[in-house]
Amino acid sequence: MVHTFQALGVNIAVDVNSGAVHVLDELTYHLLEQVEPPMAEHCPAEIAARLPQYAPESLEEAWQELRGLAEEGLLFEEDDYIDREKAASMQQQALVKALCLHVSHDCNLRCKYCFAGTGDFGTGHRMTMDFETAKKAIDFVVEKSGKRRNIEVDFFGGEPLMAMDTVKKTVEYARSIEKEHGKCFRFTITTNGVLLNDENIAYINREMSNAVLSLDGRKEVNDDLRPTVNGKGSYDVIVPKFQKLIAGRGTKDYYLRGTFTRFHKDFAEDVKALAAIGRNVSVEPVVGKREDPYALQEEDLPELKAEYERLAEYLKDHPETNFFHFNVDLAQGPCVIKRLRGCGAGCEYVAITPEGDIYPCHQFVGNEAYKLGSVQDGTFNAELSHRFAALNIYTREECAHCWARFYCSGGCSASNLLVNGNIERPHKVGCELERKRLECAIALRALAAGLGGEETSAKA
Amino acid sequence: MKHIKTLNGATLKKSAAHGGCGECQTSCQSACKTSCTVANQKCENDR
Repeated sequence: MVHTFQALGVNIAVDVNSGAVHVLDELTYHLLEQVEPPMAEHCPAEIAARLPQYAPESLEEAWQELRGLAEEGLLFEEDDYIDREKAASMQQQALVKALCLHVSHDCNLRCKYCFAGTGDFGTGHRMTMDFETAKKAIDFVVEKSGKRRNIEVDFFGGEPLMAMDTVKKTVEYARSIEKEHGKCFRFTITTNGVLLNDENIAYINREMSNAVLSLDGRKEVNDDLRPTVNGKGSYDVIVPKFQKLIAGRGTKDYYLRGTFTRFHKDFAEDVKALAAIGRNVSVEPVVGKREDPYALQEEDLPELKAEYERLAEYLKDHPETNFFHFNVDLAQGPCVIKRLRGCGAGCEYVAITPEGDIYPCHQFVGNEAYKLGSVQDGTFNAELSHRFAALNIYTREECAHCWARFYCSGGCSASNLLVNGNIERPHKVGCELERKRLECAIALRALAAGLGGEETSAKA
Repeated sequence: MKHIKTLNGATLKKSAAHGGCGECQTSCQSACKTSCTVANQKCENDR
């Protein structure tokens, strides 16, 4: 399968199964659109006839270059090198190695699009996790991770800073047992920043390998969507604290992370606003049911795609800004096995609530049909976990035919459930935006490599 | 080549030979929490 597209003035061909990416001149771009493998020895006359704007000898020249790529395994490659049965069995044996630890089901903001019911996940019961439960969660992941060395724990909520005592004790406990169990814990935190102070900024910058800092971009957008409990704007309270945290971050990762909704579709402006605070930025489409007023709809797609293009045009000239969803490491990204199975929710990755209940991921919390078990009594529904483990880009029918399958790896099960009532059926809006982001990301890579300028866009 | 510049080779196919160790980061833990993308993650063995 070959996917051709034009973005940022660059003509690109992605050879989906091999991972090869080529930048084409205009003639070759139009020629490739006409090609069905296997390629004949010479450019067929009927194809040349469909492209009368180009000289036959130029078409033949490009034809031979395309043939050369195919012979080298860089074009029209099949995916028969992947042992699907072996890959599926590896996934079935997947071990839990990442926790989203909900140390708090309470929050000091009242974000209008919150999937967590403004902190309590729709339970009406706000609470924080006690250390005993957090300790059981750590013991659970140590046991379930088998021989895997690297274990990730993201302190999440609600707002995790509302349970800072539990956070600190959990880190201390995990560090105290990691050597004896041959583990390496990596801690991260996702915070709205309201409760940041000098002390916990220093703590986060010392202990957390990544800090995800929630802020929606422009002040007016943030304050519209992320008000405090009293209905006031949160921007002026939070931004100075985030600036302080970032200033002390050193080489450790952080992301300023915003959400865009149907209320503010010009999200490129929010990326720019966040980039003025810190260089690592992630701004993402909201997750919501179709009927939610903030949810992105199919009719919004043309506008949203144009906005991604506008953002890519801006970032082309601002390489100092690192936009998370335009990151694509073509040469050294994840292996193809990883790319078959996606996020690992429900098998490699689970969320644990303040009560100790286990869910496939943070987005499933509160959905009783998907409760996997509890760290309190040691229950774990292996059958349900296997249902998630069985999902991959070949079992999700729409993914199997999608050019982006090895980049997105199957999308978000929780989003699929929310929109389509089925964890396996991809969410169309999410898929279209993902493909658009990837096209922009690959085009930016081509331009950064010095390809795709006049040389490859000029008519032959 | 005159008409084509290759930006990236068959790296995906090559990775099949040594991949699958499972030590890499869970994608949703990095910065998203809402929109899964895997291709922007790092390989643990290339760190």
